[in-house]
Amino acid sequence: MSAMHPGYLPGFADEWSVSALSRYLKELLETDDVVRYVRVHGEVSNCKTYPSGHCYFTLKDQDAQLNCVFFKQARLRSEAPTLRNGMALSAEGRISFYDRDGKLQLYVENVTPHEGPGVLFERFQRLKELLEAEGLFAPERKRPLPAQPEVIGIVTSLQAAALRDMLYMLRTRYPLARVILAPALVQGEDAPASIAAALDLLNEHDEAEVIIVGRGGGSIEELWAFNEEVVARAIARSRIPVISAVGHETDFTIADLVADYRAPTPTAAATVAVPDIADWQAQLTVLQRQLMDAMLERLKELTDEVESVQRELERVSPLNMIDAYQQRIDSLTASLQISMRHHISLYQERLHGLALQLHSLSPLLTIARGYAVVRRARDQQPVTSTQQVQAGENLTIQVQDGTIPVQVLAEHIQSTG
Amino acid sequence: MEEQLSFEEAFARLEEAVAALQDGKLPLERALSTYQQGMALAQYCNEMLQQAELTVQQLSVDDSGSPVVHSLDGLNE
Repeated sequence: MSAMHPGYLPGFADEWSVSALSRYLKELLETDDVVRYVRVHGEVSNCKTYPSGHCYFTLKDQDAQLNCVFFKQARLRSEAPTLRNGMALSAEGRISFYDRDGKLQLYVENVTPHEGPGVLFERFQRLKELLEAEGLFAPERKRPLPAQPEVIGIVTSLQAAALRDMLYMLRTRYPLARVILAPALVQGEDAPASIAAALDLLNEHDEAEVIIVGRGGGSIEELWAFNEEVVARAIARSRIPVISAVGHETDFTIADLVADYRAPTPTAAATVAVPDIADWQAQLTVLQRQLMDAMLERLKELTDEVESVQRELERVSPLNMIDAYQQRIDSLTASLQISMRHHISLYQERLHGLALQLHSLSPLLTIARGYAVVRRARDQQPVTSTQQVQAGENLTIQVQDGTIPVQVLAEHIQSTG
Repeated sequence: MEEQLSFEEAFARLEEAVAALQDGKLPLERALSTYQQGMALAQYCNEMLQQAELTVQQLSVDDSGSPVVHSLDGLNE
């Protein structure tokens, strides 16, 4: 095909008006055998559908992009699905030059999504059935999560907001823990292998007691890694219990089905993975209270025991016997004293009577009437017989008020007998 | 504490101390020492909770292909 089209020859061979050049390019493209009708595949982005029903988007791959327009009539004619950003598809149509914007673009006639929602859903279903048949979702495979994990493994992207959310929650609820991050790509082609490798690495390292694997919310394509078989199998073979935390509440992935626990969000996963120290602080207060109460109770019991033994001891004490004897002694002493006094007074009375009697019999009274008592001076024997005295012997004569010494005259001794 | 107990260990011992005292069979000296230990454990636990800070480490692979952790200061706060 010639570069010089006769119908568009300008006045000068080397200078064009913009319109003329545009028209030339348009003609050139529309008559080219190759691009007059092409089929091209890429990922949809910048997709916009206007009220007119026309849809504009960019089809791109890693290195290039192509403007596309999908007119309403073509869309209706081809019964095309609604296009969304991130969709991978093949588009068919003609390439032309849109002179007003100076853009080369593909006028789309038909699209074939590579992995439209239908295709993804089908893959999801197939894998789910396969793994279910193997028993990977069985409730008895689910392991309990550790109540107080000291080490928590996390598999996610280092850049993810989800990671910040999880760390925030762990810091708040359970700062006693240590977190081991195993970074992984969480979207894109390499994500599944990356996630599986991170899970395996945490198992090889073997310090984490529970693993949270997940990412924040996104489109189904963005979350797709968590529906891949390699991820499911890595979760299944993890010796450490796994909590899945993919996207939002409404997102359900194969990873969720295989995991030991499915958390609706990353934040929820962090919440369920650890206890709350606020609860522990409350428990500590209760335990302290119980400890004090138990101690006081024990002390009271022991005091009671001591008191009871003391009472028993007092009851059987020898002091009690001593007291009893003392009492008897006291009472005996008392009665002894009483009877003593009684006897004494009796004797006193008798004595008095005898004294009176004695008095009435006293020889002194006889002496007082003129009688005298004669005694031998040598032995004070009363002299009642002449035989008792010899001549010259000294005698005494007792009278009422004294004694009179006398001497016996021998020639005058006369016996009357 | 004579040894470095983990929080969980200390907490479990505290619970044991309470149970032992509540059982009501301990002789006086044992009861008193159990009580004192229990109180010390409770204080230890409380301090641990108040002072605890989350540690964050990153796991990677060293030259020989073995997993190795290193601290990740950027994310510690």
